[in-house]
Order: sequence, then structure tokens, then C-alpha cells
Amino acid sequence: MKLKDIEKEEFYRASYGCAGCAAVLAVRLTIKVLGKNSVYVVPANCISTVSCYYPQAPFFVPFTVMAFAATASACSGISAGFKRRGREDIHVVGFSGDGGTADIGIQALSGAIDCGNKFIYICYDNEAYMNTGIQRSGLTPYGATTTTTPSPCFENRPKKDMLRIVAAHDIPYAATACSSYPLDYMEKVKKASQVNGPTYIHILTPCPTGWGFPPDETIEIGRMAVESGVWKLTEFENGEFRTTYTPKRSRPVSEYLAAQARFRHLSPEQVAAIQKEIDAARD
Amino acid sequence: MATEMSTRKFITANEAVAQAAKLARVDVVAAYPITPQTSIVEKIAKYIADGEMDADYLKVESEHSALTACMGVRMAGARAFTSTSSQGLEYMHEMLAYAAGGRYPLVLVNVCRSVALPWSIWGDQQDAIQQRDTGWIQIFTETGQEALDMVLQAYRIAEDHRVLLPVMVCLDSFIQSHTEELVEIPDQATVDSFLPRYDPVVTLDVDNPYSISVGGFGKHYAHWREEQQEAAEKAAGVIVEVGDEFGRIFGRHYRGLIEEYRCDGAEAVLFAMGAVTGTARDVVDEMRDEGKAVGLVKVRAFRPFPVELLRKVASQVKAAAVLDRDCSWGYEGALATDLKAALYGLSSPPAILNFIGGLAGADVPPERMKYMLEKALAAERGTTPHLEFIDR
Repeated sequence: MKLKDIEKEEFYRASYGCAGCAAVLAVRLTIKVLGKNSVYVVPANCISTVSCYYPQAPFFVPFTVMAFAATASACSGISAGFKRRGREDIHVVGFSGDGGTADIGIQALSGAIDCGNKFIYICYDNEAYMNTGIQRSGLTPYGATTTTTPSPCFENRPKKDMLRIVAAHDIPYAATACSSYPLDYMEKVKKASQVNGPTYIHILTPCPTGWGFPPDETIEIGRMAVESGVWKLTEFENGEFRTTYTPKRSRPVSEYLAAQARFRHLSPEQVAAIQKEIDAARD
Repeated sequence: MATEMSTRKFITANEAVAQAAKLARVDVVAAYPITPQTSIVEKIAKYIADGEMDADYLKVESEHSALTACMGVRMAGARAFTSTSSQGLEYMHEMLAYAAGGRYPLVLVNVCRSVALPWSIWGDQQDAIQQRDTGWIQIFTETGQEALDMVLQAYRIAEDHRVLLPVMVCLDSFIQSHTEELVEIPDQATVDSFLPRYDPVVTLDVDNPYSISVGGFGKHYAHWREEQQEAAEKAAGVIVEVGDEFGRIFGRHYRGLIEEYRCDGAEAVLFAMGAVTGTARDVVDEMRDEGKAVGLVKVRAFRPFPVELLRKVASQVKAAAVLDRDCSWGYEGALATDLKAALYGLSSPPAILNFIGGLAGADVPPERMKYMLEKALAAERGTTPHLEFIDR
């Protein structure tokens, strides 16, 4: 995919998203790939909160608000209904946050992948329950403070590895992405749309409000996440994992952590421990 | 009056329900197993596997997902079916309210079973009653035949554009679900003439995009909720209308929201729901033979609650014995409470005696029913509240 190929038409606009919101960007990019022939299921999360209140209607494609735990099961049912009506050409897309995916929605996600209907599940990961005011989720990284893991405490467990969790279901296609690498993400959405079965894309979407950085640094923070090795851009296909993008430069994790208020309490020793973990994973 | 091509078979109410789902030309079935519902979905899965039923069986990992998937099927413009019991219905609770508020015309069969703890797989109506305020139309059936007939009617009622609310058809565990009785199974062509293809008001239509099931503040929220209440009230008329049409076509007449049995000139009337009303009818006959002025009101629709009809019949009697196979702990049985509320303002209301029984599959034998009616006959109008557990 090339920049000039990107759809000019906007299918998602005028939301109440925060300045610098990468989740809003992820929605825009997704619909640009899938176009008008796609429908969206959004559970309780930032995107529904900034998009769903009547008479506001930022989605210019069919859209429904779903219960928190119900994204994947709704997708599965919609897909089954379209199949019965001979409309398997329509892309059914779930757009759920990190908590809606890795915590309350993980059971339905597991069940829907197992069921095998065609849908694209997108987890936009801003690493906490942001629209309720920054509470920790199963995808909050080690070391981050949130309003439920406040300083001097902090999240004491690593993120769940959702890619490996969905891969363990023998899902036909899954990938990780980051909003700072739009072409990589959009190619993955395109690829998912061509699979006749359940697919999963996990996109890291930095959150200025929840992570504590200026709104004009969203793209840069995402790059730092990838360049420091905190986040990797990979794919799972035919039973194998593959790196889709290797950063041209490598940065120390201390730069990434120092740029965000949620990590500001970490001691040099703790930062060094995080760096050590990243280095170990790289080897 | 049987239709020409109908067949008669000894089957359980669960099988009758499975037959009804097939006859309703359901597109997708999504269900999770739980005793005593399981044989419904096993039968359906078998019909599909044998090519007798043109539908897809959607595998789900929970009742929460089963009901959500049914909502998804509806959003795509197709017809769905699900069924559950007890803990399964409880597990669906969030989505039950979601479906009603979102005006999803779904049909769910609940095989009524007690709710833990104490753990029990046996029957009472606590599960269904605990979903009373989710916004579903709730209809309690007495026999396998009535269950089959009500599933067919339920699709007509739910999908009626004046209603657009989900319908829960309730039947009793084991007494109905696992007991074989002679059931007339209508033929497909006649059912097709009664129940046309689903005509949705709104779907996830890529050619005409809508945001559906959205959020709303203040006056918008209030407006939608008022519309939901109006629809639930209109459903009362639609249930009667659809029942009348069903009677004309199939020759089986269900008397709308309630069924009165020998209430004319009765001094005491038993109010009950579900399979227990079969025994109650015999008890009324016996007591009438003994010269005792008693009758029975079988409450078929618990929501919408048939206030006017109940008010009319109750205002003519001295006392009402209300049998609840449920309890609102800390108060009394739900049917008793709702009946009392319906009678508010009557100048000389009947005594209302609430009996809680038939819990966790306990029999409510004829002697117990006689006991309740005798007690009601002996009561004076306006006597103090009476709550009695009768199973022990």
C-alpha cells in the first residue's frame, strides 16, 4: 500500500475524541481501508463514548453500540445473519478497547474465534480504561500508574500477550500494529478483510490524556514504543509469527518511559530492569 | 379443528418447541446448554444435521454470547432463536435488558428452573420472575401444545411493528420439558401463511447506513423509554389479536392475556401461572361439584401485566389465593404483589392470600390447591396480608 492509494473520503468525523487521540485515528484508517461495505460494532469504550450519543453520528457507515463483554459475540451473530442473507461480502468489524478485549470481552472473543465466522476484531490498546478515568486493565504495562494503581504503587504485572492468546486458538490471521505506522496497519486490515474467518488486529494507540504526554506527541510516542522494543509489529499467519517492521534505529526504553507521566515515578533501577527484559526478549 | 396436513405426535414440550423453531423458519440458532433446556437445542441441532431444518447452528461459549449473537443476527436482518434456563437466563440478564431497550424482536424460550443457591436443577419460576423488569414480554404456557403454539405466535408479536419487543415464552421444567403428551404439529404451509418472513424496520444496511442501538441523554433517553412503555402496552392488544388469528387458522384458541376458568359467581379464585394450572382446573371442578364457589385464573402474560382483566375478575370475588413459584425475598411472591397493585383503589378489594410453593420441583398436588382455595373461601374481604410457604 502507498500513501497515494489511501482513500480520501472520511467515513468517521466530528467525534468528541480528545486532542491527539490515536484511537480515533485508528477508526478513521480502518474505514478508509474497508470502505462503505463494512459495519461496526463498538462496545463501551472511548470510541463509543465520543461517537454514539444521539443525535451525534460520526460513523458514515452502519454502526451499533454493544455491551462491554459482547463485541465478538455480536460480530459473530451479525456475520451469521449476513451469511444467511447471502451478504458475506460485507465486512463485520468489532472495535474494542484493551479492557473490552483482554478483560471483560475475552471470553466472548475466544468463543467467537472458536465459532469460526468471518469478522475482523480490532483491539485498540491505550493500556487502561480511559473513558472511565484511567483505571488499570489487563493490558496496562508493568510500571504504569493509573487511578486504580496510584503512586507509590503501580501496575505490578506485565501486559497479557493477546497475540499469543488468539494465536493459540489457531486463528487464521492476527497481527499487532501501532497508530504511528499507518501503512503497516492498513495493510494488515486489508489482509484481514480477505480472510474467510475470524481475524484479530491489536493496534497500540497512545493516549495523551491517560499516559500523560502533550497531544501533539501521539505519533512520536508510538514510534518510541516500537523503536524501544516495548511494542512489536508482527503478524500471525499459517501458524507462524512474522515481524512486519523492524525499526531503523533502536532507542533506550528510558526515553519512552521519561516522555510519559504514568512512568515518572520509576527509579533508575526499575527502568534498567525494564530495559533488561526488553533486551532479553530481543535476543 | 386440525389443519389438513398437521400431524399428531407424543412428544415433550421441549421437542414441541424445537418443532416450532423449525416451523418458524429460524435462520440462526445460538444457544448454550443447560438442564433442562438442552433437549430443545439438541433436537434443533439434529434437525439441521439431518437437513430437515434450513438454519445455521451458531456455536457460543455462554448464554451472554448466545443472546448477543441473536441480536447480531437480527441486526443483519435475519431471524434468530435461543433457549435457556435458570443460571443461563441469569447470565443473560445484561443482554436481556439491552435487547428490550434496543427493541430487538427476539424470541427466547425459557424452561423455568430454580436459581442457586441452594443449587437445584428442578423447576420453579424464580429465574423468569427475576427478569421481570428487563422489558421482555413474558408468556407462561401450560402444555407442550401451548408452548409450540406460543413460539409461533411470539415471532408474530415480537416482529409486529407496533411492538418490536423481545418475547420470552416460558414453560415449566420437567412437568412440561420432559413429559410427553400428544401435540399437534402444524404443517409448514399453514405456518407460513400465519408467520411471514421477517420484515425488519432497521438493519445494518451498507446502502442506507444507520447508527443503531445508540446512546442518549436526558430527554432523548426519556423519549425512547416512554416509547418502549407504549410498545409494551400495545403488545397486550397484539397478543390478543395474534391469538385470535392463530385460533381461526389452527383451531386452538388461547384466551389472550389471562384465561378464566369457572370464575362466574366464584367467591374465591386461584391465580397461578404455568403447568400447575392444569391440576388446578381439575381441583376447581371437584370443588364446584361439592358446591363450593371457586374458580381459576391462569395468568398467561406476566408482562405486559393484564391489569384491567385481573381487576375485573378480582373485583367480583371475596378472596384470591395467589400461587407463586417464586419469591421477591423480603416481601412476597411477585404475582401477588402485582395483583395487589392492579387492585389498588377498589372500594372493596378481595382478601389476597399468597402461597409460595412448587419450589425446586416440589409437587403442588390437588390437596394443596384445595387447601389454598378453602383458606381463601374462609377469608373475609380486606383481611391482613397472608404469606405462606406450602412445600414443607
